[in-house]
Amino acid sequence: MWLTNSSIGRKVVMSVSGLFLVLFLTFHMCMNLALVFSPDAYNAICGFLGANWYALVGTAVLAAGFLVHIIYAFWLTWQNRKARGNDRYAVTTRPKSVEWASQNMLVLGIIVILFLVLHMAQFWFKMQLNEIVPVSEANPHDGSFLVIETFKNPVMVVIYLLWFAALWFHLTHGFWSALHTIGFNNNIWFNRWKVIGNVFATIICLGFAFVAVTLYIQYGVLGWEVPQIPTEMPAVH
Amino acid sequence: MEKKIDLTLKVWRQRDRKAKGQFETYNVKGISTDSSFLEMLDVLNEQLINEGKEPVVFDHDCREGICGMCSLYINGHPHGPDSAITTCQLHMRKFNNGDTITIEPWRSAGFPVIRDLMVDRTAYDQIIAAGGYTSVNVGGAQDANALLIPKTDADEAMDAASCIGCGACVAACKNGSAMLFVSAKVSQLALLPQGRVEAARRARAMVAKMDELGFGNCTNTGACAAECPKSVSLSNIARLNREFIKAKLQD
Amino acid sequence: MSKLESKIPAGPLAEKWTNYKATQKLVNPANKRRLDIIVVGTGLAGGAAAATLGELGFNVINFCIQDSPRRAHSIAAQGGINAAKNYQNDGDSVYRLFYDTIKGGDYRAREANVYRLAEVSNNIIDQCVAQGVPFAREYGGLLDNRSFGGAQVSRTFYAKGQTGQQLLLGAYSSLMRQVNKGKVDLRTRYEMLDVVIVDGRARGVIMRNLVTGGIERFSAHAVVIATGGYGNVFFLSTNAMASNGSAAVQCYRKGAYFANPAYAQIHPTCIPVHGEFQSKLTLMSESLRNDGRIWVPKKKEDAEAIRAGKLKPTEIKEEDRDYYLERRYPAFGNLVPRDVASRAAKERCDAGYGVGTGLAVYLDFSDAIKRLGRDAVEARYGNLFQMYEKIVDDNPYETPMMIYPASHYTMGGIWVDYELQTTIPGLFAIGEANFSDHGANRLGASALMQGLADGYFVLPYTIQNYLSDQIQVPRFSTDLPEFAEAEKAVKARIDRLMAIKGKQSVDSLHKKLGRIMSDYVGMGRNKAGLEKALVEIDKIKKEFYSDLRIPGEAYGLNVELEKALRLEDFIEIGKLMAIDALHREESCGGHFREEHQTEEGEAKRNDEEFMYVGCWEYKGEDQKPELHKEELNYEFIKVQQRNYKQ
Repeated sequence: MWLTNSSIGRKVVMSVSGLFLVLFLTFHMCMNLALVFSPDAYNAICGFLGANWYALVGTAVLAAGFLVHIIYAFWLTWQNRKARGNDRYAVTTRPKSVEWASQNMLVLGIIVILFLVLHMAQFWFKMQLNEIVPVSEANPHDGSFLVIETFKNPVMVVIYLLWFAALWFHLTHGFWSALHTIGFNNNIWFNRWKVIGNVFATIICLGFAFVAVTLYIQYGVLGWEVPQIPTEMPAVH
Repeated sequence: MEKKIDLTLKVWRQRDRKAKGQFETYNVKGISTDSSFLEMLDVLNEQLINEGKEPVVFDHDCREGICGMCSLYINGHPHGPDSAITTCQLHMRKFNNGDTITIEPWRSAGFPVIRDLMVDRTAYDQIIAAGGYTSVNVGGAQDANALLIPKTDADEAMDAASCIGCGACVAACKNGSAMLFVSAKVSQLALLPQGRVEAARRARAMVAKMDELGFGNCTNTGACAAECPKSVSLSNIARLNREFIKAKLQD
Repeated sequence: MSKLESKIPAGPLAEKWTNYKATQKLVNPANKRRLDIIVVGTGLAGGAAAATLGELGFNVINFCIQDSPRRAHSIAAQGGINAAKNYQNDGDSVYRLFYDTIKGGDYRAREANVYRLAEVSNNIIDQCVAQGVPFAREYGGLLDNRSFGGAQVSRTFYAKGQTGQQLLLGAYSSLMRQVNKGKVDLRTRYEMLDVVIVDGRARGVIMRNLVTGGIERFSAHAVVIATGGYGNVFFLSTNAMASNGSAAVQCYRKGAYFANPAYAQIHPTCIPVHGEFQSKLTLMSESLRNDGRIWVPKKKEDAEAIRAGKLKPTEIKEEDRDYYLERRYPAFGNLVPRDVASRAAKERCDAGYGVGTGLAVYLDFSDAIKRLGRDAVEARYGNLFQMYEKIVDDNPYETPMMIYPASHYTMGGIWVDYELQTTIPGLFAIGEANFSDHGANRLGASALMQGLADGYFVLPYTIQNYLSDQIQVPRFSTDLPEFAEAEKAVKARIDRLMAIKGKQSVDSLHKKLGRIMSDYVGMGRNKAGLEKALVEIDKIKKEFYSDLRIPGEAYGLNVELEKALRLEDFIEIGKLMAIDALHREESCGGHFREEHQTEEGEAKRNDEEFMYVGCWEYKGEDQKPELHKEELNYEFIKVQQRNYKQ
């Protein structure tokens, strides 16, 4: 199978799974934006993505995407280290045109995953998973409360901003590189894709950051009251 | 203007493929800044011979930047700190009096060291042998002008074909990937109608051979193109990917 | 004398090759499989021959001195390759290419060979295009051409300034295809140290594995030498560092005649020498003379001021510039043949008009940039300009380039007949290694043509004529006493050199040889100088055998030993060149005897006495070689004084 036993095939898997994750991020960012304007709307969207079969299938596919992307990343890196040989260079430099991110994708990826674990524990665990199997005290239908409570804490905001920064670096290289790998590039589009990738990564990361920071200002600084769905009330479906 | 400079050289010495190598430090004095880097090494070797020691072994031949034989990793750059040239065209005016210069061989599993700074690059020949040609025997060709080729295609093919097979791309790549080299040949022939006939077969065979020889996976860092002495473009890699994916989807 | 049978086929010039092919003996496919051929060298000639012989079905063993056939020095040819396609509709034809080549060679080449070369030139272009060589094209998709020296038509095909590279990579890819098929056994990093003769026929070679230092034997039914020229005898030349004349000398020592050793080409447009540590000279393509104009200051005081750094070339007014080629040769101007251009540069510099170090002239593009625009000039010569700038640290778009002649190519080489066979049966020589097609001077863009013609289209035919009666001959064992003896001699030679343990490095001795060669056997030669050269070369030889120092081991990787073995042979060639130059009491092409010039300083031939190929037979170490003459009969063209003025 060329997707596993050829170098370009393996890269195609990286590329396609990466692009899929980019799509997911885009959706996730848009959804988060709703929270700033209307916690109810956000909860409605969350509800829509609850324990329904299509949401579960979506989650499974998404998880598979992550898994493939991560496994291939380690696999490729292992092979690449082997290809480098036993003796390392005593002096190394990075040519000007080479992005720092491009040479540190694995490191950036690992940072992203570590935060992801925290993120999952904070939210997914208490929301979607909690809806299927009760694992937490939290109300799985009141996502907005959970999110706002988290971002009232400035430490959390800083941690998340760091995450978005790592994600930004990862995406700036990942985006155009993915298109390059599936052959969707040439001399003219080379710089265009890089610019588009940078703009896109910036929009996504700024979007996420905007939500985190705004929630902090609204609820943490200005002291707005956090809307909460009373636990005895039936869930909005 | 010509100046004379003194330098400290840290040179990798390794007896053979299996031996353990180490850096040796040498001093050279009064090097003309108009000399080429290899001429500076000639001076070092002359000095070593006069001291009764064995000279530093390095590959070099045409000394005009086209044969692709010279292959030194100088201060962290394949072919040294200047851009778009080979080691033999690197001149000492790029260095200052008192500099310490670290000289290493290409380091890659695909290019084992033969001695000192000389490495074995026959892997590249094997990749070409796998499919880097059009399968035409001598004698059967039609008139050269019977085939019209758009100038832009011919020029782009020429740019890809200017690869000298020196291995700097592999040496520069943190992944030890030979994609720029392979893509240059695949691109050249994919751009020309003569080469299109067996484009799919070529892409498959050359990539398979490249993988088999233990070169790494390309992660599009672009270090290869940045260090390429002939400025072979990274977009060739996109074309190779395209050709390869197309070929595989046809299977 | 019967050894010098040129085997020129009968019939009218234009039909000779056709007749030959129609009547020669062939080897059938089943028998081809039973025949082994050794090809030494992987340049345009060797690579093309090995690939083509493999395609035909022979078993080929191909040796390469570098780590890959793609590095052979053919790769450095910049400007282009000639062919009589007449795509430009400017009156070109096979006959005209033939005529220009004979005339360019100053009527010292064999008519039939040159005509064949012109004839197959067109097939070469077709073949290369089919291989995917990206020749320059016009917007309409047709092939583009440029002009080269010694021609009044545009017949030179080119791929930027890297034509040699592209043609070599074409041959190389064909070769690698055969390697992949198992028809060619490619051995890289091997150098030939002897040819083995069994019963009067060449049957094998003794090779040195440059990585292990091991001496190895190889046998075959025929041996092809494609090892290039001996221009590195001058130490400083445009040749690659590994280019050497050793294979040719080994053939010579084993009885092959060496023809016209004195005919060496000094290329007019090279980057001038800069200092004592210089290791090689870089060529700037002849194609630059299409658009560049060569000049020196008209006034000596201007030249002196420039040399002292007080004046810049751009400050010299138009009327104070001496475009000496345009002045002396109005019809061809800057595009006179190489020998003429080189001598003219030397004449101006010797007269005190040189710039730079005094040994340089200007090659100026300001007119071309004005006429065509900088972009057009960049498109044509960009890579050459960049190369110049990297080496000299001067921008040729703004200040004129400085150039000076340098040793480049050797027209002389192993004597071969029409079939490219040497005087030793079964031993063939192709490409620059033979003497055959360029007479006393080679025209630009003709070396690539000859190399590929020999490799693709001539040798694969003619070698069959020899092999057809060898089909019953079984494979040779390398255990034959002849192989053992040859190996013993090679080892004795190596041991002798290693045992000297003197003080001087190979390079320092080679530099001494080079200086003598350029001073006395270079662009201008005279009797007294040549006699002096012979004495001086003998002195170097003595020094070589008494004071050479080779560190390292005899039978391991040893670069100094490689160089020493080559230098030993260069000393032999240097002597042979001087002997040949001394005996040839005339000036022709690249061989300029100062005693023999016209009042205007042009070369003066002596057709009465010297219209022959001077072939030298080895008579033993320190013995004077014996001269044999192959008379040149011009049946089809009228021999006249070369004239590039009108």
